[in-house]
Amino acid sequence: MLDAVKRKSILRQMVLLRAFEEKLEELYQRKAMFGSTHSYRGQEAIAVGVCSALQSSDLIASYHRGTGHLIAKGADLYLLLCECMGRADGYSKGRGGKMHMGDMGFGFLGNTGTVGGTVPTATGAALAAKVRGSHEVVVSFFGDGAANQGVVHEAMNLAGVWKLPVIYVCENNQYAMTVSLEKSVAIKQLSARAAAYGFEGKTVDGNDVEAVYEATAAAAAKGRSGGGATFLECSTYRWDGHFGGDPGTGYRSKEEIETWKQKCPIKRLKEKLIKDENLTEQEFESMSADVYAELNEVAKRAEAAPLPKREVDLSSIYAMEVADG
Amino acid sequence: MAKSMTTEIQPPNKEMRVQEALREALRYEMTRDERVFVMGEDVALFGGAYGVTRGLMQEFSERRVLDTPISEAALVGLAVGAAINGMRPVVEIQFADLLPLAMDQLASHAARYHYMTGGRVSVPMVVRTKFATRPGGGPSHSSCNHGAFIHFPGLKIIMPTTPADAKGLLLAAIRDPNPVLCFESHHLYGQRGLVPEGDYTVPIGVAAVRREGKDLTIVTCGGMVLKADAAAEKLKEKGIDVEIVDLRSLAPLDKETILKSVAKTKRAIVLDEGPMLGGISAELAAMIQENLFSDLKGPVVRIGAQPIPPPHSPPLVDAMIPDVDQVIETVMRLAEGGKPR
Repeated sequence: MLDAVKRKSILRQMVLLRAFEEKLEELYQRKAMFGSTHSYRGQEAIAVGVCSALQSSDLIASYHRGTGHLIAKGADLYLLLCECMGRADGYSKGRGGKMHMGDMGFGFLGNTGTVGGTVPTATGAALAAKVRGSHEVVVSFFGDGAANQGVVHEAMNLAGVWKLPVIYVCENNQYAMTVSLEKSVAIKQLSARAAAYGFEGKTVDGNDVEAVYEATAAAAAKGRSGGGATFLECSTYRWDGHFGGDPGTGYRSKEEIETWKQKCPIKRLKEKLIKDENLTEQEFESMSADVYAELNEVAKRAEAAPLPKREVDLSSIYAMEVADG
Repeated sequence: MAKSMTTEIQPPNKEMRVQEALREALRYEMTRDERVFVMGEDVALFGGAYGVTRGLMQEFSERRVLDTPISEAALVGLAVGAAINGMRPVVEIQFADLLPLAMDQLASHAARYHYMTGGRVSVPMVVRTKFATRPGGGPSHSSCNHGAFIHFPGLKIIMPTTPADAKGLLLAAIRDPNPVLCFESHHLYGQRGLVPEGDYTVPIGVAAVRREGKDLTIVTCGGMVLKADAAAEKLKEKGIDVEIVDLRSLAPLDKETILKSVAKTKRAIVLDEGPMLGGISAELAAMIQENLFSDLKGPVVRIGAQPIPPPHSPPLVDAMIPDVDQVIETVMRLAEGGKPR
């Protein structure tokens, strides 16, 4: 059972993740960012629940809908916003955008736009830990769509064979862009696949941050002590469309969206804290206002930051030495 | 290989075959650097389909020499993750034909992580593979697809020809902070030569002049270096003095050595076992004429594979891949100031 301080900080983190997506949506609407958004609203409990259960030396790999994972793992908001806006100060100096970043400084292996493409990255990082004899655990975030990529199957099979310390966090938000899970797989629960790789698979309520936390903590402890991989399917729903400009309604009913919004992960924890920890509505509103204000401040700075120079830097193609994180 | 083709090797050295030289590089670096580990299909117990990794598992344990299931995409993908997390993985892919299975991991992950993270992440890894078009290989076991990989900035590509280069380039590749693809020619595995002992590296991105000559330059790589050399020997009897530039690295390309040679001989043939269409030979021919057009005494001519999938039967393979006679004939026509047919 988490203590009051930790639970409140988890609640705050989830509010921050939501505020960030709303900020991106605003920037996207007024064309202040380049490329598309991939809103994480509705899925906040997964990133926060998972990352809260990790140690700082643990690693994550993410994917296109990745801003939430990064913030929850400790990304710098200014560098992240700058990257979304293609600024020279961004994590990737404006070269990658929000789908292409990486910084071992906070245990972030990377994310890319190939669906499922970083599942082997995470698995390989776990292999490094095993070969080296170090004790970090690696989380591979991916969606239900990625679960059907061949390389994901190959990587999980290897994690099973080699008992790698990796946690496969499958964020099942029910749709791969517009195609529903029922049209994509013939099984009810993706976690059932874990049996085929010889490790434990579990489906948890991905909108219950404490359930996600507990499941991750258990999987991490197991991985750290040589028990191998875990497949953690987190059932959830994205409130918004797949990308900026997709209203998300052409392939999903308004009723379905509304039903899931009732299961809001933030509201759920807030209500629990009101009951268990004497949190007041007023306290929540004031915390929330602080988060939004702080983010606005950072976004203003990021928007004022310069774009990269118009130049081709051929020396940036190859590393001169290995980045030390 | 003719005597003129062996680059001077200082003692102490040892004569060995290309396979053994590659193994020597792996052994040397695995002894020196705990972070280096090897994985691939049949590399541990069996010692690799071509014997390159023979004995490594026994010497360095199963922890550092890993037999894997048949999962090319994941092998390359896991190497990427292991490299980012501080290791120096070396992956063996049995045939270059199978690299396309891992294309996304090579082209969109390994090659790009460094650039697309603003330099925050680097991917020091090596993928070794065998290539060469030869009878019996057929369409899925004898492709020369090396040229396709020059389209992905961020990858380094090496192609050793001599045993000394095999050791020196592979050692440099393992130490390089970037992903390096090592193309090992089937035609060359058995070649013998002197290999320096100890810490011997050959810089990536530096071509070698295998034979000096004044009349014409053949720019080539891999197994075609042998054919260029055989042709040059016969052309010498006819009074034509051919210079051979062995690329050794396809990325980055050593433009300086290539252009210096052609500026001297003023005639150039690009000879490659891979397809001419959009291949490395097309790139080299364009690069040479862009830089030296007014100095050239004739067109830059390509000799390469015909645009068909690699076939199975010997006569079909012979028709697809350049042979020594074709090289001789082309050189003579060019040297006489004529144009290629």
